[in-house]
Amino acid sequence: MWNKRRDESYPPSSATPPTSAQLAREGIPMSTIPARSVEAEGPRGSALIGKSVVLKGQVYSREDLYVDGEIEGTVELQEQKLTIGPHGKIQANVKAREIVVNGTLHGNIEATDKVDIRKDAKLVGDIRTARIVIEDGAYFKGSIDISRPEVSKPAAAPRSQQPAAGTAPQQQALPGGPAAAK
Amino acid sequence: MFKERLKRLLLGGGEVPSSPAAKPGEGPPSTARGPAGVEALPAYSRHSHGFEQFSSQIQGCENLWILDFSGAVQENVSFVTGLGHRLYSLDVLRTLDVTFESSGDDPYGLQSNPEKIRQFLDENLNFENEFFDGALLWNTLEFLAPPLLEATVDRLYQVLKPGSCLLAFFHADEKAATASTYTYRIADPKTLLVTPRGQRQIALHFNNRAIEKLFGRYRSVKFFLARDKLREVIITK
Repeated sequence: MWNKRRDESYPPSSATPPTSAQLAREGIPMSTIPARSVEAEGPRGSALIGKSVVLKGQVYSREDLYVDGEIEGTVELQEQKLTIGPHGKIQANVKAREIVVNGTLHGNIEATDKVDIRKDAKLVGDIRTARIVIEDGAYFKGSIDISRPEVSKPAAAPRSQQPAAGTAPQQQALPGGPAAAK
Repeated sequence: MFKERLKRLLLGGGEVPSSPAAKPGEGPPSTARGPAGVEALPAYSRHSHGFEQFSSQIQGCENLWILDFSGAVQENVSFVTGLGHRLYSLDVLRTLDVTFESSGDDPYGLQSNPEKIRQFLDENLNFENEFFDGALLWNTLEFLAPPLLEATVDRLYQVLKPGSCLLAFFHADEKAATASTYTYRIADPKTLLVTPRGQRQIALHFNNRAIEKLFGRYRSVKFFLARDKLREVIITK
């Protein structure tokens, strides 16, 4: 008796999926954009500078940026990720939280978190970052300086007013240093 | 022209793929196919007395500048920066091919050209005097023609601090026309992981006397002859 009522309430579902016209009639939202394969390093969720775009000047961004075009100048992303696509060419000093290089970059880069140099990348410039990943096959010329977060030291004893012997000085930019070889 | 040079730079032109018949030494397998196939190549590890001594020199202090001629190698970057040092990375072999427009027929022709030599030094080894605390040259020097080799060793002398060390490798087989090029990866302070990259024509054969003469300005030259017919040399300024 129970089964019979259920069968009556729910007719067997059709084997064929509903058409878009049927869905539209029923008011179900449906994307009209054809499905596409998203590359792992694609610009999903990032602002995009496409292949045919050439920018000269200062670029600031408060969102992730994917560059597959050309930029000459400076690039600064506050706490965001910069990805240079395989066709991307940047001639600029770059600052970001994370920088992924698949294309070409000439300039010094500073990443608060991580630099990722992929196998087809060409990077000429000095790197300052907390972490770095370099794939085999990448071309890199420049210096690498790993900046470690400063560890808070316990309060100094009253007698130790002067700096302790052996305390390393803060790293400084070296005039005529590695950058001079570019 | 520029596109061609960039292409060759990215593809590591000038490397002659090694054939199965190549004999790079005792240990290494001879299946290298050049930089494009680096991932697929078998690496082997070797205990390196030379590197052991080099690494002992740079341990126990921080903020040294180390020059590495092997190019971008993750393991080397991790090792050197893990000790608290800074690394200057330069892929000398790939850079040579671009600067000197090396070709299979005449890989060393332009390495005798004074202007090209000056360009190479200015673009790649233009640092303050006494800037570096150590340099890892691996086996790159044996692929430099004599005029370029001499100029490079002189420039290295300028940019190294007194008391700092160079680590260089030379093949001990003085009859070989070609030698394997390798990517040397630092596994630990005594061990290197060696990945063949291909074969190159040797520019100059070195015996111990020739090496001592080459580094005549330096304070000391110390040899380690390894079982795989490779001379490991520590040179101290």
